Amino acid sequence: MPSIAKPIATHPTLQRNALGLTIRDYEGSMSTLCAGCGHDSITAAIIRALWELDTQPHMVAKLSGIGCSSKTPTYFLSGAHGFNSAHGRMPAIVTGAGAADRDLLYIGVSGDGDSLSIGLGQMCHAIRRNIRMAYILENNGVYGLTKGQFSASSDIGSKSKRGEPNRMAPIDPVRLALSLGATFIARSFSGDKEQLVPILKAAFTHRGFALVDVVSPCVTFNDHEGSTKSYKHTRKNTLRATQADWVPPQSEILAQISKSGTTSVAMHDGSVVHFSTVPKDYDPTDRRKVAAYLDDQPANAVVTGLLYIDPNAPDMHELGQSSPTPLRDLAYEKLCPGSAELERMQEEFR
Amino acid sequence: MPQYIRLIAQGKYTDAYMVNRESNVFPAILGRTCDRPCEPACRRGRLDGAPVAICRLKRVAADLKGDISHLLPKIPTESNGKRVALIGAGPSSLTVANDLRPLGYEVTIFEKQNKPGGLMRSNIPSFRLPEKVLDDEVGTILDMGVDIRYNSPVSSLQGLLNDKYDAVFVGTGAPRGKELDLPGRKDTDRIHIGIDWLESVAFGHIDKIGERVLIIGVGNTAMDCCRSSRRLGGKDIKVMARRPRGYFKASPWELDDAEEEGIDIVINHAPKRFVVENGVLKGMEFERLEWDAEAKKSRVIDEVFLPADDVILAIGQENAFPWIERDLGIEFDKWGMPTVDKATFQSTRPGVFFGGDAAWGPKNIIWAVAHGHQAAISIHNHCQGVPVTDRPKQGSNLVSQKMGISEWSYHNDYNPSKRQKMQHVELTKRFQQLNIEVELGFDPEQTAREVQRCLNCDIETVFVEKRCIECDACVDICPVQCLTITRDGEESELRTRLSAPATNLEQAIYASNPLPQTGRAMVKDEDVCVHCGLCAERCPTAAWDMQKFDLLIPYAGAPNSGVSCTTSSVLA
Repeated sequence: MPSIAKPIATHPTLQRNALGLTIRDYEGSMSTLCAGCGHDSITAAIIRALWELDTQPHMVAKLSGIGCSSKTPTYFLSGAHGFNSAHGRMPAIVTGAGAADRDLLYIGVSGDGDSLSIGLGQMCHAIRRNIRMAYILENNGVYGLTKGQFSASSDIGSKSKRGEPNRMAPIDPVRLALSLGATFIARSFSGDKEQLVPILKAAFTHRGFALVDVVSPCVTFNDHEGSTKSYKHTRKNTLRATQADWVPPQSEILAQISKSGTTSVAMHDGSVVHFSTVPKDYDPTDRRKVAAYLDDQPANAVVTGLLYIDPNAPDMHELGQSSPTPLRDLAYEKLCPGSAELERMQEEFR
Repeated sequence: MPQYIRLIAQGKYTDAYMVNRESNVFPAILGRTCDRPCEPACRRGRLDGAPVAICRLKRVAADLKGDISHLLPKIPTESNGKRVALIGAGPSSLTVANDLRPLGYEVTIFEKQNKPGGLMRSNIPSFRLPEKVLDDEVGTILDMGVDIRYNSPVSSLQGLLNDKYDAVFVGTGAPRGKELDLPGRKDTDRIHIGIDWLESVAFGHIDKIGERVLIIGVGNTAMDCCRSSRRLGGKDIKVMARRPRGYFKASPWELDDAEEEGIDIVINHAPKRFVVENGVLKGMEFERLEWDAEAKKSRVIDEVFLPADDVILAIGQENAFPWIERDLGIEFDKWGMPTVDKATFQSTRPGVFFGGDAAWGPKNIIWAVAHGHQAAISIHNHCQGVPVTDRPKQGSNLVSQKMGISEWSYHNDYNPSKRQKMQHVELTKRFQQLNIEVELGFDPEQTAREVQRCLNCDIETVFVEKRCIECDACVDICPVQCLTITRDGEESELRTRLSAPATNLEQAIYASNPLPQTGRAMVKDEDVCVHCGLCAERCPTAAWDMQKFDLLIPYAGAPNSGVSCTTSSVLA
């Protein structure tokens, strides 16, 4: 634990966004994670992305399950709503919250244990329903809170701190999401905010389920030689498939696909995700091509970037034809038509 | 400074006083009267616009200190056989005596007045600097066994040199107030030279003034003149300034203090002539000026007459050395100023040194003290047969302040308190006597708040690049966006792409060697660092550390000693 809370002193040139808020207004409590944890860096990236998007803090709900990663919503945006659920059950809570209030921005923060072990079924169904949320998977390949056992995302051959290699095959959240029909799939690295911040901005704007798998080294249990989720290994083996830039609405809309290997995808709210340094023939809107590209890369490559996007797929509300008015704004009489109406409905099924 | 501020915070006033006394031999005097050249440099001012009240804290330590006699340097009972003459008992000469007596020099001071202190006594009114405070600190030095000769103006340097002193130090100040040669100047005895008038007040020769007083000039001497007039019967007192506000020489706080006492500060008035009828001063005529935006060029709008019973001229002062013969090998320039080496303070005649205002014209007390220390080194060298240019070097120490995990030897939190305001004696009471000290000093609560405003700038962030794993933890935690990990580049360009733009060009930025994993550099803009130590606390590899920097200032006969040695012994 740090000796003091972050001092309230600020740089004299500290900028304000369109709401008149500084980036410090998007912070939360002091982190109690280990010094140097990748998760803290992701927290800082979330803070920056929300500040740059001029997000109103009270229009955000941050939810999580159990684990080091799931502690982090406390460390950003104190002015937002929050819910810390049972282990692996965060997607169900978001589904319910999203059904009741479709106007909020839902940010789910999870880890490899919370998402790929105990909560795997929950995550799969959130993808299937295309719940409108940003799902940030802080992936360190290790169970940090229980002293460093291999997790479901540990690579074959990656060594534990004691030197034992992992023998079981990992679950790759990116390929899993691709196969389940996820509509926004990205992977990044906690140590690369230049890439991560624009991806988060795009994820926060996406109308549907946005998976952001972030390699986030565990400095205490998984940052040694032989680990495939260390700062050093990730930096050495990162393969930036795409660099995505989120361009706000009202900005110039670029050509859909240009010859120079850049691609632009219009988002539902009028913003644009502009892809650059895309490999030849890489189309981030073509699920099969993305899967083929991933198959072609070396086994140890950490492929990063906004890898797949489908901004037009229907989300849970469209699929369920739910009320365009958030349920929280409907009158009680409308939400609960009374016992007479219940009686009538039941009659229909007799 | 942070060192003695921390000691004040711990209630160790005597220790704080002694740390301060190492370089600044008059903490109680300067804690009341200093021009505060240190405060504009204080980093706190860059954060909330107001520097730490360093000067006021100095006074707290001085007022609350205990007995210091056992902490002062031991004075040898035997002479080292060398005799040094100091001319004038002002701050520079007293500092020379302070540094040379512990080395066994026989020190003789020649003073024209019947009391020591120089301009600290004659020009600083007792409502700002009580006589007892002055006597205490000057007495500490004289008690080191200084042979002081009062009522002994030196009328001939040649005569003094004939007495075969091993070295002579001239600390006679800038004793001549500037004249204002306008029509009517010589027709009355009610026009006074500011510094002479203040001296007459200080020594009790003048105890009243007319009701309507005009002060010409708007420097700190003018402030002392107008406030003294207020206590000697002046009712309608105007300080007449040629230029607009913002171009005054007086310290802002001295202007505030004067205005609090009902003094009028009248801008854009240029003196034209004194109006004297039948030998009686009636007042003065002024030209009213209109200035351009930068207050460089002016034009006359009209002329006005202001009535006055007395006029005090406070338009500056200058040096005068009528008592130094011009054939002694001491060169003077065409303005009558001696040629003095900036580093050694030696004149063109070996063995004759100048310091304080006597060297290069009016500055202030703290500069006179600094001159005294340097001149003492030169005199010591000169008397020991070492070239005066052979000066002891400054040293430094850098020591980690880590006491444990997330634990430091200093209070690292940032305190958002505003600068504390000095309380003053009520207006109704303060004019009853000339010597009622106006400033009450900080009370314990104010002191407690003010010391916590200090940002501990001597405790520096030290970075070891080979340990860095570029996790960004330090960059993310820094409250004032000091840190950036980025590719290195040319400084002017690098300054523009940091976490926050580095716009203070006087503050160098730090860029590390290439970091092990990416080859980028860790860049720090120190400009508004609050030394909270969170970068070091959140660093998983101890690449950052908080280390205390001690500047080891050499003094005469004590090379490589200085502040730090005393500090560590005080702390031990």
